[in-house]
Amino acid sequence: MSSAGVILAVAVASVIVLGFGAARWGRANLGELEQWALGGRGFGTIVSWFLLGGDLYTAYTFIAVPALVYGVGALGFFAVPYATLAYPIALVVLTRFWTVARARGYVTAADFIRDRYDDRALEVAIALTGVVASMPYIALQLVGMRAVLGQFGVLGAAGAVPALTIAFVLLGAVTYTSGLRAPALIAFVKDTLIYITVIVAVIVLPARLGGWSHIFATSAGALASRPKPSSIFLAPSQYFTYSTMVFGSALFLFLYPHSITSVLSARSREVLRRNCALLPIYSLLLGLLALLGYCAVAAGISAKDTSSIVPLLFARYFPDWFAGVAGAAIFIGALVPAAVMSIGAANLFASNVFREFSPQRPSVEVVAAKALTLVICALGLLFVFFVPVPYAIDFQLLGGALMLQAFPAFVMGLWTRWFHPKALLLGWACGLATACAMAYASGFTSNFTVRAFGGTLTGFIAFYSFLVNLLISAALTLALRAAGVARGSDRTTAGDYA
Amino acid sequence: MRGRWSYALLTLPFIGTLIPVLYNHPRPALFGMPFFYWYQLAWVVVTPLLLGIVVVLTRDGGRV
Repeated sequence: MSSAGVILAVAVASVIVLGFGAARWGRANLGELEQWALGGRGFGTIVSWFLLGGDLYTAYTFIAVPALVYGVGALGFFAVPYATLAYPIALVVLTRFWTVARARGYVTAADFIRDRYDDRALEVAIALTGVVASMPYIALQLVGMRAVLGQFGVLGAAGAVPALTIAFVLLGAVTYTSGLRAPALIAFVKDTLIYITVIVAVIVLPARLGGWSHIFATSAGALASRPKPSSIFLAPSQYFTYSTMVFGSALFLFLYPHSITSVLSARSREVLRRNCALLPIYSLLLGLLALLGYCAVAAGISAKDTSSIVPLLFARYFPDWFAGVAGAAIFIGALVPAAVMSIGAANLFASNVFREFSPQRPSVEVVAAKALTLVICALGLLFVFFVPVPYAIDFQLLGGALMLQAFPAFVMGLWTRWFHPKALLLGWACGLATACAMAYASGFTSNFTVRAFGGTLTGFIAFYSFLVNLLISAALTLALRAAGVARGSDRTTAGDYA
Repeated sequence: MRGRWSYALLTLPFIGTLIPVLYNHPRPALFGMPFFYWYQLAWVVVTPLLLGIVVVLTRDGGRV
């Protein structure tokens, strides 16, 4: 085993131990769902900052975004404005959701749907959306881990799959035992490693590669001469694609169950609001990491699998031990969010799908949620093997297209009860159908080309399907209200939101 | 709530980044980075400052 492999193995083993130890943090009774899944709703500004950062900036940031920039040029940079615009949206939406969730004791977004609309079908629909949309995102984390394991050969290149399976069994065991406290604690280690790695990389790499000016010039030439040429600038036909990818992604980032889980664990509303202003510090890292895609182009790195370009870049330009540190940063950076994602998804399933069909409620809920984290990790693993996507990032973008369908019922529902629950349900179904059909038609890429009126418009699938959802929800609401169809009672009151 | 008007500041990053034709240019470059890149990175720095202003101006004095 190389020294990089040793460092990676030691780092991963340490955080696993730390994760098991997290069960003793605060001496909580982990048999209660709020304790296991939300860390007892007691995290302050610093813990929340690390947890949310550890949760939102994932293998997506370290592996998938640089890979996309490496592969398609300027279009891949969409992640930077997206990770910026998400926060103004979060400040407005999440503050309101946090308030009502605290007032009414919600553990999930679907708990709110149940209270607000009094419609079991809509609650189950929104909950299942979160569960299903989490799986491709977990898959993306596993792809990131696989890229690191393949690179540093902990068990040799052929050992990447068994190593991945081991990592994932450990992930499941830690999550099962300690709940949200484990990723919250591991996030400190993860982010320290990440910040060190990225700061060193953005100082050393441009210097070694002849400066940014040279890197951009070389990349421009290299991208243009590829079999499928691209550019370091957007083509005019890509403007709409770029904007819809930025806006659509910013809308769905905080709808994911793992975001909601971390948000609800914040101790106070001020903690959450403060974090909306502090978290974008991570987005600057994301931006610098995105540019590593060009560093890889300029360095002439060629890889069959674009997901491995960042590990390859580190292996080429840094001493073996530092490449090991970087690998550990990426690996743990994928492990933390994967843990929160499986907790969030399991929670949703236990609280809003399973519970609806089980007579003995709270007692079974925690057991079910814990057991389900294991199932959800396993399904994420299956995604890696069975859904063929050109770029790892497509996992996240496709999951987002599903997740965004919860927006009308959930986010708009925070401000208005105007929409009829049945209309929201049908809008949701049509949005999902549109997203799936477009994804299939475009070969599981994230953008779809609409041909109409003699022109073409390529845009983000999530955005198109969201518009379909919204139109149908609104039109049907008008129809159902005109017909005077009963629309259930609203158990929340104006005071719950203040 | 005091300072609600400050939420209007949050529209600026949207206007600034959702219209790529405004910034899809090579020049002026900064540290060798084309305008397209450093302009968008600049919004990553400016947006949290705007958010910070809003958070401070709309503080509700609740338990922290």
